[in-house]
Amino acid sequence: MIPAPFDYHSPQTLEEAIGLLQSHPDDAKVLSGGQSLLPLLKLRLGSVGHLVDIGRISGLEYLREEGGFLRIGGRTRESALERSELIRTKYPLLFDTAAVIADPLVRNLATVGGNLAHGDPANDHPATMLALRAEVVATGPGGVRVISIDDFFQGLFATALATDEILTEIRIPVPPARTGGAYKKLERKVGDFATAASAVQLTLDLEGKVAQVGIGLTNAGPVPLRAKDAETYLTGKWPDAEAVAEASRLAGAAAQPSADRRGTVEYKQEMARILCGRAIEIAVDRALNPIEAKGN
Amino acid sequence: MAQHDITIKVNGAEKSASVESRLLLVHFLRETLAMTGTHIGCDTTHCGACTVLLDGEPVKSCTVLTVQADGHAVTTVEGLEQGGKLHPIQNGFWQEHGLQCGFCTPGMLMTGYALLARNPAPSEEEIREAISGNLCRCTGYVNIIKSVQHAAAALEEERQASTEAA
Repeated sequence: MIPAPFDYHSPQTLEEAIGLLQSHPDDAKVLSGGQSLLPLLKLRLGSVGHLVDIGRISGLEYLREEGGFLRIGGRTRESALERSELIRTKYPLLFDTAAVIADPLVRNLATVGGNLAHGDPANDHPATMLALRAEVVATGPGGVRVISIDDFFQGLFATALATDEILTEIRIPVPPARTGGAYKKLERKVGDFATAASAVQLTLDLEGKVAQVGIGLTNAGPVPLRAKDAETYLTGKWPDAEAVAEASRLAGAAAQPSADRRGTVEYKQEMARILCGRAIEIAVDRALNPIEAKGN
Repeated sequence: MAQHDITIKVNGAEKSASVESRLLLVHFLRETLAMTGTHIGCDTTHCGACTVLLDGEPVKSCTVLTVQADGHAVTTVEGLEQGGKLHPIQNGFWQEHGLQCGFCTPGMLMTGYALLARNPAPSEEEIREAISGNLCRCTGYVNIIKSVQHAAAALEEERQASTEAA
């Protein structure tokens, strides 16, 4: 399958890339890892006049803690998350997520920024970033703009990014002590989108009660979903079996999946409930028993 | 510009051409360069028959534009054999009957090769994970795993022999 013709641009700087987007406001797309965009163009589910490849702009691939945030360069590849000791030990929710996105070959090209900017609620990072209360940094002609993750997803394949903006960084608050996270995904096979999946990030207070919690659901509606009722319920409670059961019941009830070959609405809601409960249990365990660094 | 002059280092040799923006890397390899070792299976980023190494990392060449690879290095299955001698990963597939119809084999070889370059002694689980983006329509996975293990052992022997020689 061959995409319809388009023009390809490979700018060397962000300014040049933004200029190209401004010159073609109606028919330009940013090409990051291309692992969602190219299949879409090949299947001719979409077409584009101009592809602006940000792959040759230096300084967009990084993972570092700085100024109270984990900063992920917009063009950082999923495989970089999988291979990072910092991510494995301190951001297990991100580590869990990266390991189940598409397949290992796709993850060598697919990028974290692309996973979000594509605006697909079936992608895995949106739920993760909701749970992590991330911020998205967009760079455009006017400079840099920081967007809360809760304002970022605006509809199916629609985000808060303007047509002349590029997602340049994702910021995740550095977690306090006694924080754990987990991502649980049900998929029919490697590479398929989630039948249901749940991302949980929580911090326990000194007594062991839930001080704060973020819960995101994948493929549970037209936009990535925050399970607000479940979060509100769980905050301030002991994460015992009863509380986990009720929080996950609320998360399952919040899911608004559509029926497809992966299952019925009822089945997917039930799976969202089950996976949310499991993710909470793992997150609590990780909050109490931090993941150890590999000995050298 | 819809047409671009590109140069890609393919199996160590620089190949230049003028290509359309939309030309996929797999088509550049198979049609422009007439290197048909790399296969097109599903053409939808699922099966991994088109796997090649891009700067050493295995990727699906049906989901890369040729223009994206401009200035980069690509290794295909044709690049594994050296001086008439099969690479240990190829020999492993031969010895352990790692192929039935052979359609997925170029992709399996490239993924296996890249895995062993990064992780010389992978566990069975790590091999399974590494090839999870490569489909074998004959479902011959058990022997594919044995083939990669065979290659890992052969490469380890080579390394020990070269250490002893030095």
